Amino acid sequence: MYIIVIGGGKVGYYLTKTLLAENHEVLLLEKNSARADSLAEELGEVVSRGDGCEVRTLREIGMSRANVVVAVTGDDEDNLIACQLAKREFNVPRTLARVNNPRNEEIFGLLGVDGTVSSTRIIYSLIEQEVETGEVIPLTSLMRGEIEIVEADLTAHSPVVSKALKDIHLPGDSVVAAIIRDKHIVLPSGTTTLEQGDCVIVLTRPEDEATLRALLAGKPA
Amino acid sequence: MKLVVLGCGRVGSLLATLMSQQGHDVAIIDMNKDSFRRLGQGFHGRRLLGKGIDEEVLRSAGLPEADAFVAVTNGDNTNLMASQIAKERFSVPKVITRLADPIRAQAYRGMGLNTFCSSLFGAGLLRAVLLEEQPLEALKAYSDLLNELS
Repeated sequence: MYIIVIGGGKVGYYLTKTLLAENHEVLLLEKNSARADSLAEELGEVVSRGDGCEVRTLREIGMSRANVVVAVTGDDEDNLIACQLAKREFNVPRTLARVNNPRNEEIFGLLGVDGTVSSTRIIYSLIEQEVETGEVIPLTSLMRGEIEIVEADLTAHSPVVSKALKDIHLPGDSVVAAIIRDKHIVLPSGTTTLEQGDCVIVLTRPEDEATLRALLAGKPA
Repeated sequence: MKLVVLGCGRVGSLLATLMSQQGHDVAIIDMNKDSFRRLGQGFHGRRLLGKGIDEEVLRSAGLPEADAFVAVTNGDNTNLMASQIAKERFSVPKVITRLADPIRAQAYRGMGLNTFCSSLFGAGLLRAVLLEEQPLEALKAYSDLLNELS
């Protein structure tokens, strides 16, 4: 694959090295000449000096050949424009952007960026996972936040303990994907009965999370 | 009209002052509070300190009810991002984006944004005057607005 990485900061640098180790063709574009020179000393021809939002530069680096463009500069607006130009001017099939302000993730999706990564949000959900027990913990989201995967540890107060799945009315489109019991994975069926200590993995929509919380953890909605 | 201007540089401050003087409801956003000093005495609108690509800042500037949004910061990408938020998230009826890069201006015009490339505009006019396609007087366009500013 030919991957173009825009932004030669720490993220861009380590990403490029990782991709090179996997034998991909990579080009790292960095705007600042001093930084670009320093990167080129180590990485050689893989590095190009230029602005990832100047169409002329993108043409020179062969963006129309690229399979993926990853914009990882420290500025959200630069990452957005780089991804939009990649897609609309060069038909790059997949564009990925780093989002520094987690609130911009949704807007990026709305404006055509295929994938976004917000390290703030990832670290935040890791913190949530550590802090909350006996609760419904969001693990990750799919489809740009439209579907969430959540984990619920069933305690003694959980209203659904000793109930069969077919008798539990989950909100909306929610589905129990798996049950982890005594470190084994149990594939749920209608007759599976939930037990105290079960870790239930549920696919749900964000708007149904509160109702799910009430149902599984016994907290008011 | 209810107008929100992003960027209180030369252009933004002049536009905001002119519009506010004429009685329009103007809010102007800038990241740097010193920029607001450029506003003329005739400016009676609101000043907001903040980043124009932050949805919450745009919301408190009044984008949900705005009739028009003009992005005139020095950063093309900031102007483009803020304009798209104004158009797609807040459905502001009239959105205008000032850009320095003519190629980006053309690309985004193709994506439905009203882009104004001030550098090409200037270069085009200067060329026309040099080649005598336009008279020297053409350079004076809008200069009487200076008298309007208090």
